[in-house]
Amino acid sequence: MVVNGAPRTLAPGATVSDLVSLWCPSPDGIAVARNREVVPRSEWPSTPLSPRDVVEIVTAAAGG
Amino acid sequence: MADDPTDFVIAGKTLRSRLVLGTGGISSTEVLGAVIEASGSSLATVAVRRVDPAASGGILEVLRTHGVGVLPNTAGCYTATEAVLTAKLAREAFDTDWVKLEVIGDEDTLLPDAVELLDAAEQLCDQGFVVLPYTNDDPVLARRLEQAGCAAVMPLGAPIGTGLGIRNPHNIALIAQRCSVPVVLDAGIGTASDAALAMELGCAGVMVATAITRARQPARMAGAFRHAVDAGYQARLAGRIPRRYLAQASSPVEGTPDL
Repeated sequence: MVVNGAPRTLAPGATVSDLVSLWCPSPDGIAVARNREVVPRSEWPSTPLSPRDVVEIVTAAAGG
Repeated sequence: MADDPTDFVIAGKTLRSRLVLGTGGISSTEVLGAVIEASGSSLATVAVRRVDPAASGGILEVLRTHGVGVLPNTAGCYTATEAVLTAKLAREAFDTDWVKLEVIGDEDTLLPDAVELLDAAEQLCDQGFVVLPYTNDDPVLARRLEQAGCAAVMPLGAPIGTGLGIRNPHNIALIAQRCSVPVVLDAGIGTASDAALAMELGCAGVMVATAITRARQPARMAGAFRHAVDAGYQARLAGRIPRRYLAQASSPVEGTPDL
């Protein structure tokens, strides 16, 4: 799959929760889009990822 | 324009300060803290960007520590579709339905794309967002955004980051007069007097990023803006004198000695 623009391989059956915990020290202030759809935080543990998914994990940056 | 001489209210929420802080260009979280303190701002923008696992982060924490509300923006979006998805991500990430809506037309001017902006504003308002659109200095478009349900309108003084000041003060005054939602001048501010002018023209607030964050002394400039916004606001409430073509003596003519 592609995570934040780079190819990434995850264990089969990995969920959004698994990916976030790999990627971020804390899930606070984080949001996830999977194939251009927001995955609500409450659905992270129950949302499996597939090899064709394109995932964006975002947070706050200085701006505006 | 907001008629109440004391409160700055957007979507039912009273803001302590009429100065909205943009965090773009800030050099560190320490400087951000000092700028917040000096500015007195109670609302600050953040951008939505990819998590950098190597970054130290901390901007949200600084805002929360200082009791400053988070206003996510959709900077970098060129289409309504991108902007709507970005707003939804922001709502999920920061637990706020407020969004400073930016949909730009090209990377050289960063001017808003009016068509995409209005489309995005309508979609987001329909979905319950509190939408503050960054818009052109166009009184007609500002009214259209208000009619779409936007909680405020944020017309530009000049293109983002230019520091050129308010290029069309007449239009800004028209927008302030003709909109019933708060008008917050956004973009193009170069120095404190530009912010005072915005308030004198009838704006309910001013948003400043670059002019503070990239000043030689950001915290000192933040303090200057705090005073300028208040000065401009007080001057507007006090009522400026009419402009005259010829001089009018301020000392009495009567009693002038015959010398």
